[in-house]
Amino acid sequence: MGITSEEALVDAVKAARGPVAVQGGGTRGVPAAGDVLSVAGLNGITLYEPGALTVVAQAGTPVADIEAALAKENQRLAFEPMDHRKLLGTTGEPTIGGVMAANVSGPRRISVGAARDFLLGVRFVDGRGAVIKNGGRVMKNVTGYDLVKLMAGSYGTLGVLSEVSLKVLPRPETQATLVLHGLNDAHGIAALSQALCSPFEVTGAAHSPTDQKTMLRIEGFETSVAYRLGRLRDLLATTGAEMDVHTAKASEDMWHKTRDVAAFQNQEGDIWRVSCKPSDGPALAAGSGAQEWFYDWAGGLIWLRAAPDHDLRSALGLFDGHATLVRADVQTKARLWMFHPETAGVARLTAGLRAQFDPKGIFNAGLMEQAA
Amino acid sequence: MEMPVPNPAIIARKARVVERLQGVLPTDAVIFDEHETRAYECDALTAYKCPPMVAVLPSTTQEVSDVLRICFEEGVPVVPRGSGTSLAGGALPTADSVILGVARMNDVIETDYENRIIRVQTGRTNLSVTGAVEENGFFYAPDPSSQLACAIAGNIAMNSGGAHCLKYGVTTNNLMGVKMVLMDGEIVDVGGGHLDAGGLDLLGLICGSEGQLGVVTEATLRILHKPEGARPVLIGFDDNEVAGACVSDIIKAGVLPVAIEFMDRPCIEATEAFAKAGYPMCEALLIVEVEGSDAEIDHQLELISEIAQRHNPVELRQSKSAEESAKIWLGRKSAFGAMGQINDYMCLDGTIPVSSLPYVLKRIGEMSDHYGLKVGNVFHAGDGNMHPLILFDANKPGDLELCEEFGAEVLKLCVEVGGCLTGEHGVGIEKRDLMHVQYAADDLNAQMGVKDVFDPAWLLNPAKVFPLDASESRRTIKLAAE
Repeated sequence: MGITSEEALVDAVKAARGPVAVQGGGTRGVPAAGDVLSVAGLNGITLYEPGALTVVAQAGTPVADIEAALAKENQRLAFEPMDHRKLLGTTGEPTIGGVMAANVSGPRRISVGAARDFLLGVRFVDGRGAVIKNGGRVMKNVTGYDLVKLMAGSYGTLGVLSEVSLKVLPRPETQATLVLHGLNDAHGIAALSQALCSPFEVTGAAHSPTDQKTMLRIEGFETSVAYRLGRLRDLLATTGAEMDVHTAKASEDMWHKTRDVAAFQNQEGDIWRVSCKPSDGPALAAGSGAQEWFYDWAGGLIWLRAAPDHDLRSALGLFDGHATLVRADVQTKARLWMFHPETAGVARLTAGLRAQFDPKGIFNAGLMEQAA
Repeated sequence: MEMPVPNPAIIARKARVVERLQGVLPTDAVIFDEHETRAYECDALTAYKCPPMVAVLPSTTQEVSDVLRICFEEGVPVVPRGSGTSLAGGALPTADSVILGVARMNDVIETDYENRIIRVQTGRTNLSVTGAVEENGFFYAPDPSSQLACAIAGNIAMNSGGAHCLKYGVTTNNLMGVKMVLMDGEIVDVGGGHLDAGGLDLLGLICGSEGQLGVVTEATLRILHKPEGARPVLIGFDDNEVAGACVSDIIKAGVLPVAIEFMDRPCIEATEAFAKAGYPMCEALLIVEVEGSDAEIDHQLELISEIAQRHNPVELRQSKSAEESAKIWLGRKSAFGAMGQINDYMCLDGTIPVSSLPYVLKRIGEMSDHYGLKVGNVFHAGDGNMHPLILFDANKPGDLELCEEFGAEVLKLCVEVGGCLTGEHGVGIEKRDLMHVQYAADDLNAQMGVKDVFDPAWLLNPAKVFPLDASESRRTIKLAAE
């Protein structure tokens, strides 16, 4: 449709007669029906204040453009958003609106927070065609309800983002990764937990059962990174694991692969993402019926590869957390649903909110609502 | 501040409401005697007082549910209350309301170091959450200055911050799950021991909703291991603008201090007279604190000092010991008390983009002259959260109103430069009628639409957050229906 302004977006929403599929770059495999309503034409950074750690951008701005602008000032999007393209086989340009709409966070989520924690303000168009603003561009803001958080992770079902304000962080001087070898799932997760229960500020904690590698990332000033690596080695000596250290670029590459689920790219099968209590991880994975898995977030995030059409949620049963079907064919996504079913109380609130923000029920209709 | 006229029809039902509440709560948990309800007539915004019709102190989530169901059926407004430390009037009752205090619900339900979480009942005080885990080296990060007294329930309602949130975030960044009772008595669980609750981010919506969406009775909170150590550096400048530029340079240099505090001359003078912390007499003073091992701290303080030197500070004092740290913090920590020695004060908490700091301070100075009221500025400079303390005399007729007018002008200025009305205290009644300044009618309608979903009859803390004229048609639906 070529929407290049918020006014045009309002017109498009008001003109919509049936369901619309709200889209940024269309790289995240969101199965929405209807005419595509793309914000990719809303492109550009509108304000960047490095000294205030804030950036404001139109929703369709490519993530790559924002990262490039930040890199010039030695800053970054600290929540480390994943790039879904290789895992899902999608093409196109990931947008900042898409990142926020799907609350996409990477390995650093365990130390700095999720995408939603970095979203300071939004402008969006609701289902009536009204432009709503909430939050702002300052880091502390409790003025009224936090619709900013509500919009993050709402997958376009409440409104179409037109502009986002973000908090950014300095890029540390360097990074390094301590790798423990030969630990099984339970021991690997226990080692990650031990490291996170230390004062040494781990910013990445992953375990890969396939090659029995347990990885811990440290970032900061060079001398500080060296010091903390040494302390972590001492702390984890009790595991009996062999250890080695990967520095700078090698460390960065390892975490890009973890972030983008490189292990499952070009592999057959459905991909599931399970958020759970870290210590529950090993038992959940073992009982999931999946073929292969690895852990991020110290065990609190499990990426699993399962046979096509396998109902992993049923295999997991009731647990503290939720399972998202990230990659599967259309029929499977329709049968098993992308999102985890909600309890009756939460589902009722969710449906109520959707009816408030999108009374005509046109935005990504039925995407997050099982009982539609 | 105006409050809605109490509904006489509700007050007329008092005896029946009390009787029904006594049916579900222990005798001592229902307070209805007119002398005893006075204990709940205000929170820390003491300029406004009104005893509630009844106050209840339930001990379990089920009792909270029973109370809310009864009030729902009786059409009685409910004002939830943590410890009553709100500076914004968040827990101010109306004469036709029931105060629901969670003070008796203060247990630790579960401590799970392996997963770095603690589950508590929300009447527990902020500091005692840390108290429950500190012997194992852990702490709960959000640290509002009332942390000795304030309850987690109120922290969640107001999305409280604190001096250390530059590094650790505010309540919403450290809250993982809640058990909440809706106005009709339904109990819902949102989130838990896992990160990023599934579905819509209801947790993010609940946090900061000022007790208007439900009563949170249990919370799962993230706990962290304490850093090895922390020490500050004190830097004095002859110019606000230079101090602001220094803050910006520190942030840009890639050091992420745990706190950057700012004090201006009136505040420095007041605290020196009061606490004698040995601060330099200058226009602006920064306290920048960093964390880590001793060597890591030295390295970061050295970097910060180098940056500060480029701005010609009049004073630069790196702490080398716990005693020196305590001395540097002494003045800052007594700033509110020091201002309180001089006169009554009103504390604002508007937030501004850090780059606007010099301009905003200059304008506040001009307004101070215009209104003839003194003002001192303490400031979380790293995140732009201001704390202008406006001095007034509560016994002098008209002074409070003048002070409120001055305060409103300051907050309008915060919005004008791209900031907001409140960074950590909440809207309550104090900033309610200024919401129009920050938000257009559609913006407020979208927020009020959320309350329509959680509390369709608008019985929970109804006269807060939204300007009375904006919320009137919603608040009066049930009256019309009677």
